[in-house]
Amino acid sequence: MSSIMTHAPALVIAFPLLAAFLVPVVSRLNKKILGIFVAVVLGFTLLITLLMAVRILPGNPLIYVFGGSEAGLTLPSGYTVPIRIIFHIDSMGIFMGLITAIVSFLGAIYSIAFMDKHSGLEKYYALLLLLATGMFGMEFTGDIFNFFVFLEIASIASVALIAFRSNLSGEPAEAGFKYMVVSSISALMVLFAVGLFYGQYDVLNMATIASVMKFTQLDKIALILLVTVLAMKAGSVPMHMWTPDAYSEAPASITMILVAASQASLYALFRIIFSLYNITLNTITIGWIIIILGLLSMFIGVTMAIIQKDIKRLMAYHAVSQTGYMLLGVGVGIAVLANPIALETFGIKAMEGGIFHIMNHAMYKGLLFLTAGALFYRTGTRNLNKMGGLGNNMIYTAIFFIIGAAAIAGIPPFNGFASKLIIYESVFQFNPLLSIIAMLVSILTLASFVKVFHSAFLGPKMEQYKDVKEVPKSMLFAMGALACIIVLFGLFPDLVVKYIVHPAVMALINQSSYTAVILGGM
Amino acid sequence: MIGNFPYLAVALLIGLGIYTLIYKRNLIKIAIGITLIENGVNLFLITLGYRKGAIAPIFTQAPEGLKMVLPTPQALTLTSIVIGVATTALILSVAMIIFKKYGTLDTDEVRRLKE
Amino acid sequence: MNEMSRIVRTITTLIYGFIMIYGFYIIVHGHLTPGGGFQGGAIVASAFALLVVTYGNQGSKKFLSEDIFSLIETTGLVLFIAFAFFGLGITFFYNFMANSGGLFGNSAVAGINAGDLNTGGTVTIMNMAVGLEVLAAFGVIILTMSAGSEIISKKKENS
Repeated sequence: MSSIMTHAPALVIAFPLLAAFLVPVVSRLNKKILGIFVAVVLGFTLLITLLMAVRILPGNPLIYVFGGSEAGLTLPSGYTVPIRIIFHIDSMGIFMGLITAIVSFLGAIYSIAFMDKHSGLEKYYALLLLLATGMFGMEFTGDIFNFFVFLEIASIASVALIAFRSNLSGEPAEAGFKYMVVSSISALMVLFAVGLFYGQYDVLNMATIASVMKFTQLDKIALILLVTVLAMKAGSVPMHMWTPDAYSEAPASITMILVAASQASLYALFRIIFSLYNITLNTITIGWIIIILGLLSMFIGVTMAIIQKDIKRLMAYHAVSQTGYMLLGVGVGIAVLANPIALETFGIKAMEGGIFHIMNHAMYKGLLFLTAGALFYRTGTRNLNKMGGLGNNMIYTAIFFIIGAAAIAGIPPFNGFASKLIIYESVFQFNPLLSIIAMLVSILTLASFVKVFHSAFLGPKMEQYKDVKEVPKSMLFAMGALACIIVLFGLFPDLVVKYIVHPAVMALINQSSYTAVILGGM
Repeated sequence: MIGNFPYLAVALLIGLGIYTLIYKRNLIKIAIGITLIENGVNLFLITLGYRKGAIAPIFTQAPEGLKMVLPTPQALTLTSIVIGVATTALILSVAMIIFKKYGTLDTDEVRRLKE
Repeated sequence: MNEMSRIVRTITTLIYGFIMIYGFYIIVHGHLTPGGGFQGGAIVASAFALLVVTYGNQGSKKFLSEDIFSLIETTGLVLFIAFAFFGLGITFFYNFMANSGGLFGNSAVAGINAGDLNTGGTVTIMNMAVGLEVLAAFGVIILTMSAGSEIISKKKENS
């Protein structure tokens, strides 16, 4: 058991990668067990991530050196320098890793039934495993160039998956093209910032850069580049144009995993601001920039969502709006980072709300996208004007949709209420106007989901849907698992905050604990 | 001053790439714009490793007492070129699919997903 | 795409072997001279591109098949990850064959010398695996894109 524990960070990356390379071999032998093989591999990865979380969350970060036995090299002159690619998993990293593991495992289970009429499935599953590998790598790495490589792996795999269903019509290819242009520009600008850091400090390890950072003019340019392009990848306004196209044209299980991939970019943004720069920068300016981005995302996202007719485009605009909540919560935390009294009173609480919202959003937005996929699977359309009266036939799907819609609107006892209440209370103490706008956005969210529920599920039965059955069991299992997690997190939010969210927030705020793990050993 | 010419070339390449992305309407020209930006960033990475009067960092040609150019940026640039090849292949394939379904490569016409 | 003229076909038959041998030389000597897996694989793939351009899409189907390329690619990838797993005794990707006296296990000599092919450990084997994978992947890309362009041009003629 201890040998699994020491090698666990590498196994989480290595097993999906090995499985992705073995998928063509398995599909040549037997086509039907392909989905089950992928689900087993991702389930094993979820198990290893849970074991790591049990060890890391109480406050013991884990490091893993690829290709060497120790993290530093002692030169003959006595100077020790950290070399090699080091995976550095602290509480915030394993928090995001848990989200990725749950979402990709349930996405693979959902795909067993959802994609069974398609051909070319070995490419779909190989790309899904590569996307999972890329996301895990983004969240676990401690090396800034390695982050760029895993970001590109995830982007390329997700572009191919968005354009997967382009044999019938051309819209998925158009959505894939837009997403590819946006993600190429972001990744190249991240590489430019990596070049700026390497040129000045000669190291690529994030903890070492944090300890020798001098905040010169070039570092300010790198900060602006990184904040802009990582917010662009996370889907915040004013760079959100790719989100409705990409999320609506992808298959439903892939949309759920894409939401987690956007949040991995959000995690990278927070990691760079907190652990790389920390108090050396002018936190009030950066904090207010992120708060403004969050407010714009919340408001524009929800107002564009009310007028949509396509169910997945509506949910994609809501994803933009909920990203605004996360940016608002953490932005308030950044703005008071240099002020210890305010930090103790409401800063840490605001960050807890924002980061708890990341996990809640992945769960309930994933559930909503899966129900939209179930509707598409049985009726063949995504247009709300053409659907109606499906609540008579698809009872389980309707119940799961009610759970998801109540969670996103912030109704107790579901988990959206818990994180939104924490954000409202703490942001109110910083500036009351922001909290009022957040509550207004929540009311509009509820309005648009009532509209969707009425159009799709209520009403008399329509002629062409009168013998529509319930969806297959694997899809129901995936949706049911997410609904269970939503209800559990809603019933015991204080336990979740105390054991999972609070260690993550403290790991972000204390930059010295991040650098001491790597540099303390030398 | 003369050592800054590579950095001016980097700025020129990235500027031309962004101009192509914004103002050109053909999908293939947008793909070429992305390639220009990527070439600019690769040139920037290699230029960072230059040390004055140093030789190429090949292990079997290492004479005594002479400096070598930094080899790490060359490894970073190689990785970036490989990623660029995969990106270009994928974006051109998606452009081919768009041409097959829409019949045109003009971005004003390829806009069925609106609002 | 149609076949090219007799002059082009003759020169291609003479030259494509040398291009492939040069590519394999760069792959195998990746730990001594500049080059390595990706660069050598790209050179071998340019020989495939030459064949596809010369003989046209239908003609090159006689000696370049996508299934064999897919098989070679999977072999290269699985070999790469397998050798990364073998070092798991210490860490993932550990170079357990370097300086050990076995296959590819000699130590590298410092100073100016001709270079010993027997050095490098797992780096050499991973170079060859990556080279196989890159040449097969480029082959699949070239064949698929040329087949796709033929479908599109046929559709344009018929419409």
